[in-house]
Amino acid sequence: MSDREYVIKAENLSFRYEGAERYAVDHVNLEVEKGEFLAVLGRNGSGKSTLGKLFNALIEPTEGTLTVCGMECKTEDDAFAIRQKCGMVFQNPDNQLVATIVEEDVAFGPENLGIASEEIRRRVRWALETVGMLEYRKNAPHLLSGGQKQRVAIAGVIAMKPEIIVFDESTSMLDPIGREEVMRVAKQLNRENGVTVVWITHFMEEAAQADRIAVVHNGSIAMADTPKKIFSKGQALKAFGLETPDMSYLAQELRSAGIMISDEIITVEEMEVELCRYKSNT
Amino acid sequence: MLSNITIGQYFPGTSFIHRLDPRTKILLTVMLIVCIFVSKGFMGFALIALFMLFCAKLSRISLKFIIRGLKPIAFIVSFTFILNLFLGAGTDVIWEWGVLSITKQGVRNAVYMAVRLVLLVTGTQLLTLTTSPIALTDGLERLFSPFKKIGFPAHELAMMMSIALRFIPTLIEETEKITKAQKARGADFESGNLLKRAKAMLPLLIPLFVGSFRRADDLAMAMEARCYRGGNGRTKMNPLTFAKIDLIAAGVFTALFAAIIVLNIFGIF
Ligand SMILES: Nc1ncnc2c1ncn2[C@@H]1O[C@H](COP(=O)(O)OP(=O)(O)OP(=O)(O)O)[C@@H](O)[C@H]1O
Ligand SMILES: [Mg+2]
Repeated sequence: MSDREYVIKAENLSFRYEGAERYAVDHVNLEVEKGEFLAVLGRNGSGKSTLGKLFNALIEPTEGTLTVCGMECKTEDDAFAIRQKCGMVFQNPDNQLVATIVEEDVAFGPENLGIASEEIRRRVRWALETVGMLEYRKNAPHLLSGGQKQRVAIAGVIAMKPEIIVFDESTSMLDPIGREEVMRVAKQLNRENGVTVVWITHFMEEAAQADRIAVVHNGSIAMADTPKKIFSKGQALKAFGLETPDMSYLAQELRSAGIMISDEIITVEEMEVELCRYKSNT
Repeated sequence: MLSNITIGQYFPGTSFIHRLDPRTKILLTVMLIVCIFVSKGFMGFALIALFMLFCAKLSRISLKFIIRGLKPIAFIVSFTFILNLFLGAGTDVIWEWGVLSITKQGVRNAVYMAVRLVLLVTGTQLLTLTTSPIALTDGLERLFSPFKKIGFPAHELAMMMSIALRFIPTLIEETEKITKAQKARGADFESGNLLKRAKAMLPLLIPLFVGSFRRADDLAMAMEARCYRGGNGRTKMNPLTFAKIDLIAAGVFTALFAAIIVLNIFGIF
């Protein structure tokens, strides 16, 4: 096996909010490979956002170590360098845009980094083109749809040329179309630009599209595996307050009824193929 | 209803006036205000008015638009006019009735004051109509940045202003949403006396307030996540630069300024 390159490495990573009794992130060991699309799945209050904020150096670990792109967050300058490498897109599309014009908002990050004006203009153009929002560059953000706002927020992050982007439930306030738009852009960035994606969500359908899923429960990583493996463990998922996707559930029910089809089914298409295969075999 | 309010009433365009550096426009507007207040006679005011007309023509903003902008101050203008008219000092009494009297100087003062007010508002209107709010805040930040050394928070104020501009439409939208929700639950904002109506507003204001604090928290975090750490070491995508047209504008303006001074010195009213 070739040497794997990890962009995030957490060892016994723990975090406790001031005054809280229990750890919001509790001795987590997790490695994120370069170029990976990792979904972080967990129910409300399980500590997903806290984990995301740790990756972005918005908060410092209480215990344990966390290395992001080879850097540990020890000083203010470390935090600044880490945030540049690991961007973050938040949940509420209205509360993360700063400027009154789309273009100016995308420029906000690069401006903070002290990049030369000409290079900023080039990056802003490239970023807006990448997320498909170039024609809206002179618009006011409040007139855009939720999905468009989120895409502008993504443009604002990629204009800083990060290696990792953490999406903290960035689709949860959007309609299905907006959700689809944002997911598509994230996947495109992952595939075409080699950006590592940490996709925090509580939607099974979204997590199913990741390379790997980490299930968070009470601040710890309960399971970490491929979507197929994770969804085949229906009972265990239920214990963590998560629902299996319909087709995975159906596959498990069919198996327990004696129809031995594959237990790694997530989508309707896969179920169709598998059932046809099963039928032609018997 | 609320969303009809435009902030800063910017009128987009590409005219000579529009293309001037915001700093030039701010400084010249300040100078213009000085001109308005040092002018002592009809000739001076006429000159300034003509200059403004010229600027309006150049910026291709219709006079109707500017006159409409004067409506909100109509009351203040009439009020100061009447006050000056009756309470003006002077000896050449034209008309008298009990304690009220109108003097020649009083009439002049009243007319001048009204003209000054109208010119003042028209002048600042020309600035806000031709300069986008962002350019305006940018310009103010740069103009005040020399005072950073003595602790003046130029960058912070400009940042606050632009965040306010960004969030005003969002908050207006939210207010409308809450109003509708409360109305659907039977809230009545329209009837009753002032106290009653103010009380009815309370359930509207509280969620709005709570919401704003959450927004502020979120935004602060999002800004930090994007490497914001104050004005130091920041660059700009479109830095402000003075160009030839700024020099031309300053030249034309200096001529006007000189003319007013000359009129004053020689007492040509
Ligand atoms: N600022 C805070 N101060 C104190 N405790 C907090 C704070 N933020 C979160 N917590 C607590 O930390 C735990 C983890 O919260 P976190 O926001 O990371 O969960 P989450 O998985 O993102 O949940 P959600 O799905 O609701 O976004 C929760 O028990 C929460 O109550
Ligand atoms: Mg969360």
